[in-house]
Amino acid sequence: MSHRHFQDDLDKLNTSLIRMAGLAETAVKTAVEALTSRNRDTAYEVIDQDGDIDAAEMEIDDLAVNLLALQQPMARDLRLITIAMKIANDLERVGDHAVNIAETVIYMVQGAHFPVLPEIEEMARISTDMLSVALDSFIRGDAVMARTVIKRDDRVDELHANNFRILLTHMMEDPRRIGAGMDLLLVSGNLERIADLATNISEDVVYLVEGRSIKHRASDREREGADAS
Amino acid sequence: MSDAIRNPAGPVELEARQLSVLYGETRALKYVSLSIPDRKVVAFIGPSGCGKSTLLRCFNRMNDLIPGVTIEGEALFQGRNLYGAGVDAVDVRRRIGMVFQKPNPFPKSIYDNVLFGPKINGYTGDFNELVERSLRQAALWDEVKDRLDSSALALSGGQQQRLCIARALAVEPEVLLMDEPASALDPIATQKIEDLIYELKQDYTVVIVTHNMQQAARVSDHTAFLYMGEVIEYGPTNELFTNPREERTEAYITGRFG
Repeated sequence: MSHRHFQDDLDKLNTSLIRMAGLAETAVKTAVEALTSRNRDTAYEVIDQDGDIDAAEMEIDDLAVNLLALQQPMARDLRLITIAMKIANDLERVGDHAVNIAETVIYMVQGAHFPVLPEIEEMARISTDMLSVALDSFIRGDAVMARTVIKRDDRVDELHANNFRILLTHMMEDPRRIGAGMDLLLVSGNLERIADLATNISEDVVYLVEGRSIKHRASDREREGADAS
Repeated sequence: MSDAIRNPAGPVELEARQLSVLYGETRALKYVSLSIPDRKVVAFIGPSGCGKSTLLRCFNRMNDLIPGVTIEGEALFQGRNLYGAGVDAVDVRRRIGMVFQKPNPFPKSIYDNVLFGPKINGYTGDFNELVERSLRQAALWDEVKDRLDSSALALSGGQQQRLCIARALAVEPEVLLMDEPASALDPIATQKIEDLIYELKQDYTVVIVTHNMQQAARVSDHTAFLYMGEVIEYGPTNELFTNPREERTEAYITGRFG
């Protein structure tokens, strides 16, 4: 029963967001591919395409502000518009992390050889998959699917902590590896952030569908549990 | 004028040039200049008594009917002064239709209401076809097609208002002026009118006066903010509501007027 005019604009916002999601997802996948294949050309592709992601963020912000100002959206429409701005912001950050990884790949190819740790490859696999599923859950409006993403974030955090320990050991053993070790640690950090952003997006999807925030849920639950006992 | 008056690009349908309206000695509208583009929706907003209805009524010479009114300056329709010598006010009102705040159907059947204007104008085409087309354009056809002979007064307020729009459209005007067309209606009926305005701009130039600025934001392409008989700001609706250039506009749309 919503206004046709309003519905058209809302559809436009949704389409822009889905398009931006595709760009950000491709950026991460391409950056990871550049990392595992150590291909500079592939890394440059990621850097070249980041401008499109930035432009998409600005377009979505513009659409959202106009919708808020002109249409007085309510309920789910209001939630969609506010999370669209947050998701756009998260996706822009995802794009920047992909660029960071791509830049590191370019240095790595130039510098000393250091094998990519299997832990980093696993992180890359999980983080990109989390991002894909988070975006898919947004497109489908599926809160159950979104929740599966949130559960996987702990594993990525754990892998990042492992990487820190492993790389630190390597660097202590051979100071010539410090540069390359730091590069990989940065990559690990970027992948960890991408998983965090995928988690944020999933939390926003749950908010969109169910109308309640589940952010910081674990800590709140623990506190409630402690109070109750 | 200042850059707070931004006339839209493209073909101009209506234009005010240094237009003033005086009620006796009182200048209710003060030297207003702005242009209204073809096949767009323009909204006039502002507090009570700001002159928005007065300005609207200049465009189909409705102010002529009020005793003691003097018009200065020009109001142009497709480049021609509506107040020039030899202009027929009746013809003006046929080409520039008007819908009022309160629905005012005649105490006749739905069918006769739609045909009232065309019959006066000597319309010779197919009556049934004209009734159906006008009611469809006003998004009322499906609701009344089985009871065209029943009294218009039996319709709900929202339906009556859409019937008045159908009646205005039946004489095939080029412009539709609307003075608070939804202020007497409930939210659902209001929404139908707003949807209708969005559809109508495919074929007509629509000028709407509203004291509901959210409505202006929802339906219009360009908005003029009037205050004390002057146009304070005029520009694209999205800009006026997200980033007004005049402090008084900002104060009014954010509810800090005073």
